[in-house]
Amino acid sequence: MKKKTRFIIAVTIVLVLLGALILYLSKINIPVLEPKGPIALKERNLIYFALALSLVVVIPVFLLLGIFAWKYRESNTKAKYSPELDHNGATEALWWVIPGILIAILSVVAWNSSHTLDPYRAIASTTPKIKIQVIALDWKWLFIYPAQGIAAVNFFEIPINTPVEFELTSDAPMNSFWIPQLGGQIYAMPGMNTRLNLMATSLGRYNGWSANISGKDFSYMTFVADSVKHSTFNKWINMSKRSHYHLTSDSYATLSAPGTAKVHVYSKVLPGIFYATIDKYMSPNNTSAVVGSNYTPARANVSKGGMQ
Amino acid sequence: MKGFGVNLLGKLHLSSIQTKDLTTLGAAISILMGGLLVVILLSYTHRWKWLWREWLTTVDPKRLGVMYIIVAVLMLIRGGMDALMMRAQQATSVGSSHGVLSSSTFQQVFSAHGTIMIFFAAMGLMFGLFNLMIPLLIGTRDVAFPFLNATSFWLFCAGMVLVNMSLGIGEFSAAGWLAYPPLSELKYSPGVGVDYWIWSLQIAGIGSLMSGINFLVTILRKRCKGMTLMRMPMFVWSSLGASVLIIFAFPILTVTLFLLYLDRTLGMHFFTAGGGGNAMMYVNLIWAWGHPEVYILILPAFGVFSEVVATFSRKRLFGYRSMVWAIWAIVLLSFTVWLHHFFTMGAGADVNGFFGIMTMVIAVPTGVKVFNWLFTMYRGRIKFASPMLWFMGFIVLFTIGGVAGVVMAIPPADFQIHNSLFLVAHFHTMIVSGVLFGYFAGITYWFPKVFGFRLNEKLGKYAFYCWTIGFVLAFVPLYILGLMGATRRLDHYSSSLGWRPLFIVAGIGAVIIALGVVIQLIQLVYSILNRHEYRDVTGDPWNGRTLEWSVPSPAPSYNFAVLPEVRSRDPFWESKKAKVIHVPKKYIDVSMPKNTSSGIVIAVFALMFGFAAVWHIWILAAIGLLGLIIAIIYRLSDDNTEFILSAEKLARQDRVSDLAKEYVR
Repeated sequence: MKKKTRFIIAVTIVLVLLGALILYLSKINIPVLEPKGPIALKERNLIYFALALSLVVVIPVFLLLGIFAWKYRESNTKAKYSPELDHNGATEALWWVIPGILIAILSVVAWNSSHTLDPYRAIASTTPKIKIQVIALDWKWLFIYPAQGIAAVNFFEIPINTPVEFELTSDAPMNSFWIPQLGGQIYAMPGMNTRLNLMATSLGRYNGWSANISGKDFSYMTFVADSVKHSTFNKWINMSKRSHYHLTSDSYATLSAPGTAKVHVYSKVLPGIFYATIDKYMSPNNTSAVVGSNYTPARANVSKGGMQ
Repeated sequence: MKGFGVNLLGKLHLSSIQTKDLTTLGAAISILMGGLLVVILLSYTHRWKWLWREWLTTVDPKRLGVMYIIVAVLMLIRGGMDALMMRAQQATSVGSSHGVLSSSTFQQVFSAHGTIMIFFAAMGLMFGLFNLMIPLLIGTRDVAFPFLNATSFWLFCAGMVLVNMSLGIGEFSAAGWLAYPPLSELKYSPGVGVDYWIWSLQIAGIGSLMSGINFLVTILRKRCKGMTLMRMPMFVWSSLGASVLIIFAFPILTVTLFLLYLDRTLGMHFFTAGGGGNAMMYVNLIWAWGHPEVYILILPAFGVFSEVVATFSRKRLFGYRSMVWAIWAIVLLSFTVWLHHFFTMGAGADVNGFFGIMTMVIAVPTGVKVFNWLFTMYRGRIKFASPMLWFMGFIVLFTIGGVAGVVMAIPPADFQIHNSLFLVAHFHTMIVSGVLFGYFAGITYWFPKVFGFRLNEKLGKYAFYCWTIGFVLAFVPLYILGLMGATRRLDHYSSSLGWRPLFIVAGIGAVIIALGVVIQLIQLVYSILNRHEYRDVTGDPWNGRTLEWSVPSPAPSYNFAVLPEVRSRDPFWESKKAKVIHVPKKYIDVSMPKNTSSGIVIAVFALMFGFAAVWHIWILAAIGLLGLIIAIIYRLSDDNTEFILSAEKLARQDRVSDLAKEYVR
């Protein structure tokens, strides 16, 4: 009897805690599970799908563990005891085959989704895409709008329902670019060029993170992405074009020196600065950025992967 | 021009001695005080000679195993302290507060935590159990290469000493436990921290490689008569799998670390950004070692669980053949999944798709093992001793962690989880429940065989509950935080994110785990003090199945007075069933390896070399290397390395223990 009460108390505590946890989860903001764009939405659905499919194995495991532990406890001498029972071809085949089938299903999903959600793949839309070039620096993010000739630090704006193509590199240790509510990460690596396609379908301000350690102040290397109406976006672009800060070789050198930075925007961005940042790692003497105004990017080092 | 004296000491300078950072200073001082206490204690009790003769020069795998576990437990405590500091920092460093640690200390702390836990805690526990049990389980007296075995242990120790020296002299790496370049390159990490990391792993890693070879040969060549491969206990099978993995994986680590050192020291460009280097090659190489490493640690723990669940269910292990196939499937597949650690590199959909599928495929043999364990319980007579509780806790947590793993195996899902605290929670679930719980179960299970008395069960169970409850509290919040966007290794975050309550709960969980560790230490001390009460006179305290339980506890240095002959799986169980108690024994003279100081001498030179390589003290490096080579040659030219244990002596000792058993019966 004493054991039974203890057991009931333990189960009650677990259930109460579980209830409290669920209540808490329903109250808080969980960005990965609250997508604001098609990529993040599909990625979240994949997470849910894999979780649901896993339950097919998890539930039997938990049930069997509980039932066997209870029924075949030492004190229960009424239970059948078969010390020599050590194999059964049919049942063993069952747990090679059933998980095998589940994994086969998941494999198809993994293969297909790797292709459909390939970060390099452009998002289909009637609205023309905008392009943002991202440079990870010690310890801030530089966002360049090559077509508009402006750039922003630790902050960028994108128009709603418009595909955005990010091109990424790093001029510091490797980093990882992540905006949970818009979609998953891609590395930004020095001397290399990666791509990521995202889109926001609601207005709002989304947090962006550095997901890979890059040195002392990496914790402060956060940014925000604002999804705004087209008119607001155009206004912002025009305003930025009037910024007194110009992104030149000199101001880039100042910006890229180790340290944190406040949000600000640049106008008159030196054309080709993004590719020059990549290509300088090709020269044996890579300590200084050699950026000329009529610089034509040599694309030899663009990483090849993905659907291009 | 620099003075001659400065050059002689390389980069080392009086100012290199740690005085500024209170945390590391405190740690260094407490280690020194602890060491001093041991020295005083040894001198006071006149135990120096005993220590040297019986332990430091021993080649007995059981004693080496005990030393491995002592070192590993100390490192588990050190790594645990690091964990507590991380939890304290992340619970306090929010908004305008910047927490208890500086960012550079915090980064050193998490780098040290990962490094120490994997290389010196988990690996130490694993090799400890290998040494303690494999010869006994396969019915032999020793490993294939006893001196090599001792050297492996001492190299492991040298690596451990080097990693801890960084507390007092210089600094440790702040580049994470795998030190990805370009962050770990000289340009971004100019200090000696990364060099400490490189050389402590290099020295310990070479020891691990030698151990892997040793146990592979031991298992393949030293089994007793009648023990065919398919009669081997599952722990031996899984250790064989782990040994094969070590042999294939560790050379990759050795080469990778060496190339990084060349980059840092000679200005080469293997992994640098620019100059023709490619940092992602390092990331590929380190994970080509790193993923098999995970299975190196977990396979032997799976083996322990297989022994434990059969013994405490008093039933034969279910699906033995399936289990063996599952082990080898895991061994093979573990080399085909490394890219899942960096799906986010942008390698392309085909590559990601392939590695995602391979990662899921490896879940099948793992699942098979889980079901076989469960069906070992089916129609058993289950005794819920503490090893069995560790096993059941493992099943629950490991299944949850496995689900998280399957989710992350889908590349686009991983894009949203990679490098977040969700990932941190996932691999801690796998390694704590899989590896640590397994080794705790193994230590509790085999403790009487090694020391001759059992551990207190009640305290063992309390420790288990603290670990499990603490674990859930510490890591469930991290899963949630990861989905909230919290990336790993943050030493500060904004208060508006609402992360703090979860970090505080995680901190409470960590404290409960720490309480579990304290209870385990109390359990050890209490059991030693009451050892007469817990004495295992029968040699078979758990109603065991395999050969180790057929010899007295503690097992004599020669393990078996007469080498056994087996005719089935679970040979001891079968002999008990057949009521075979008195087997006529024919004692013969056996040759045993003599103790040797060569192992510890070699390791001292290796440590000297490692320290010199960290600080660029080239003269000392040359002395270390030369001494190392001379010590090896000296040892190899010694032909007098064995002694004869006479048949009479064996018979006499054996009869005494038989009489003791008889008396109990």
